[in-house]
Amino acid sequence: MTNPTTLLMDDVKTSEPPAEQAPRATTVEREAPGIAVHDLHAHYGANHAIKGVTIDYAPNRVTAMIGPSGCGKSTVLRCLNRMHEEIPGARAEGRVLLDEQDVYGDGVDVVAVRRAIGMVFQKPNPFPTMSIFDNVAAGLRLNGIKGVNLQERVEQSLRGAGLWDEVKDRLGQPGIGLSGGQQQRLCIARTIAVEPEVILMDEPCSALDPIATLKVEELIDELKQRFTIVIVTHNMQQAARVADTTAFFLLGELVEHAPTERVFTNPSDERTEQYVTGKFG
Amino acid sequence: MAATATTDARGDRSILERSPSARRADPLFRGVLTALAGLVLALIAFFFIFLLRKAEPAFSHQGVVSFLTTNDWNPSKDIFGAWPLVAGTLITAVIALGIGVPIAVATALYVTELCPRRARGPLVVLVELLAAVPSVVYGLWGVFILIPKLKPAEQWFADTFDFLPLVGGTVAGPNYFIAGLILAIMILPIVSAISREVIATVPADLKEASLALGATRWEMLRMAVLPYSRAGITGAAMLGLGRAIGETIAVTLVIGNSPVLGHTIFDQGYTLAAVIANEFGEAASDKLHAGALIAAGLVLFLLTLLVNAVARWLVHRAEVKAVGTPAPAEPVTVAA
Amino acid sequence: MSSLTFDSRRRRATDRVMRGLLLAATGLALVPLVLVIWFLLQKGLGAWSWEFFTTDPTGNFLGDQGGVKSAILGTIEMVALAAAVAIPFGWAVALYLVEYGRRGRFGAAVRYFVDVMTGVPSIVFGLFVYITLVVSGWGGSSFAGWKGSVALALLMLPVVTRSAEVVLQLVPDALREAAMALGTPRWRVILKVVLPTALPGLITGSLLAVARAAGETAPLLFTATLVQGTTFDLGQRMNSLPVQIFNDVSSPNDDIVQRAWGAALALVTLILLTTLVARLASRRSRLS
Repeated sequence: MTNPTTLLMDDVKTSEPPAEQAPRATTVEREAPGIAVHDLHAHYGANHAIKGVTIDYAPNRVTAMIGPSGCGKSTVLRCLNRMHEEIPGARAEGRVLLDEQDVYGDGVDVVAVRRAIGMVFQKPNPFPTMSIFDNVAAGLRLNGIKGVNLQERVEQSLRGAGLWDEVKDRLGQPGIGLSGGQQQRLCIARTIAVEPEVILMDEPCSALDPIATLKVEELIDELKQRFTIVIVTHNMQQAARVADTTAFFLLGELVEHAPTERVFTNPSDERTEQYVTGKFG
Repeated sequence: MAATATTDARGDRSILERSPSARRADPLFRGVLTALAGLVLALIAFFFIFLLRKAEPAFSHQGVVSFLTTNDWNPSKDIFGAWPLVAGTLITAVIALGIGVPIAVATALYVTELCPRRARGPLVVLVELLAAVPSVVYGLWGVFILIPKLKPAEQWFADTFDFLPLVGGTVAGPNYFIAGLILAIMILPIVSAISREVIATVPADLKEASLALGATRWEMLRMAVLPYSRAGITGAAMLGLGRAIGETIAVTLVIGNSPVLGHTIFDQGYTLAAVIANEFGEAASDKLHAGALIAAGLVLFLLTLLVNAVARWLVHRAEVKAVGTPAPAEPVTVAA
Repeated sequence: MSSLTFDSRRRRATDRVMRGLLLAATGLALVPLVLVIWFLLQKGLGAWSWEFFTTDPTGNFLGDQGGVKSAILGTIEMVALAAAVAIPFGWAVALYLVEYGRRGRFGAAVRYFVDVMTGVPSIVFGLFVYITLVVSGWGGSSFAGWKGSVALALLMLPVVTRSAEVVLQLVPDALREAAMALGTPRWRVILKVVLPTALPGLITGSLLAVARAAGETAPLLFTATLVQGTTFDLGQRMNSLPVQIFNDVSSPNDDIVQRAWGAALALVTLILLTTLVARLASRRSRLS
């Protein structure tokens, strides 16, 4: 039985998708590195959850990972910034190359990896004891990063998250006083304040109302000019809206990875087709 | 070297690394916390060993079994039979449980199940306030208020019910009963608090099922709530027992401190804890006497350890049954 | 059908009676509280005066007995020292249990024995300090204020640890994850995110432990003992409110007994104030 993954990998270039299939013209403000994953395995105790995934995340592009519950897409995401191993009994093996450097290599420090690869979570989690300003600055302060003008960086980050105009008059107020959508954008501002290379998003809109969701999706479109973005979503329409390429996972394996339009209109694998047409969820 | 996306400006360290000193902080921090946690274990082991060593002279003089069972506490003659003390401890504890537990459980039931929502908070606070009164103040109050005011009633009871075992005779001012009563008051907050927690974990559908069958509120409590909470409430009672056994100051002020085992609950008596508090002054120079008191302390220590271990296990089991994972028990602070 | 109604009536009557009994029991539980407070106020307020708070007990049987100044100060000093040791220690152990010791046998053992320690009678702690520190004359004199503090600290430690553990566990894991995902080392996550978030609850638990320690007599009986004069030297014998009261209760002199009531009222007031502050601190908590 041929591995559908290797068949498809011939189609997908490792740096940029074919220009005619990129959904929007992309201006690159800052060149971010891509991530190349080779043969990633992940376990929860005895449970072999991720079985040999190889995938490339193109620089300055949005890659969506979709699939039914339990397919492993969130696990793969958490392996990228090595958060997976924080779960007791969990481990991961394989190579995850950030710009030629293996994140799982010897001598690599997990904490530093996470500074380079940021994460936005499903449920907004601003720090409850901190004000809006302090929340955004948290990443910088917690890591003891010096020589940065905090005011500037916080403003930049809040602008980058599309939140500045809404909160500029109340930076001192508690972060948890904001609405759900605003809190999530605050978390995004917090993440970009430390200037990572890649931003991982784990179902970032699933706890938000449709208007807030729209705002975050617009944001993602802007953010890819500066960062490489990987987003896990269970919402196929969202993937179609925001992602340049989409990867479909099933039972811990990568089934297909192609430009988004193709995945949804003309997928190569039968399982992908069944999923995107709603035959199973 | 020019900086690439993943090396820093100086080019000599990848951004996926940190300086050696920064990397040391995490294991160091963890090490310190682990050491402190281990220190707790070391302290307890130390306790136990020291108590054992210092009690040794008394045990070898009197013999361990004899220490516990001989009914003769006579330090001036170097006789250390602690039975009157042990018995006194048990008698007062039983009285305390007999009076305190039903009231505590009743209070817990009322507050959790029956009382109007708005009264719940204040009632809980009031019961907890009982715990804020220190032991010595209960003792003071016991000596000057409780003892004189209850004496007539006690005498009446002793006269009327003297056919009951352990009842009758002349009521001494300070006696086992008063001590047990004060202990009941002192254990009320903790037994009530834990019972409340246990009762609150009874699943709502269990209660609703009995109500839907047409049970009255009381019947629902009797059929659904109490049986379900039995283990937890027993655990709560045992925690109260542990408290009652170890209580020193209030007891020594109201029990009379008589080393002779009384015949009725209205006689003067003694407990393990009280003897330590009382006789320590004079025993300081007498190694044997001091050793005997330390032996009493050791017995006390072991008794409370045992009772508390069983109690915690019962409460833990009740919580696991209800919730699936145990919640750490909220410590109720009580002054002794 | 008629037997059904009869039954119903009986059952309803039982229901009413039992509910009445439960209510009565609750009231009964509060009777001692009312009585204690009533008599404390009635007998204790009369003892309060300027001299009461500003003079030391003289130890005289007849004549001027003095006040309880040294007792109040002694309590404050010894409890403060005990808290300074027990609170950080307790928080540290609780942090270990929650951040690193959630699984594994070592964590389970520590948790179990801390639990065990909460049940140890306070007199045993006093006894222990007596054997190890007083008899051997450690640090110079035999009885000393700081030794009383050690006994109190041993008493407070398990209480502080358990309540701190409960509070720290309430800090949602999502916060730890958020901080870690920003590339923060573990120790900073703990000190800069977990601890501040849990702080109000931690303070509440610690203050409640302080209130309890302030009321303890037994651990001080043979460690710091009783002394008349005020001293700020923790290396010497030190007076304390509970021990002073304990001593005065058995006195045949009515004035001394009244002074004991006054001291008891002062002690209870101190404890209630501390408890009140503790509860207020928890209002500011942003957890749950």
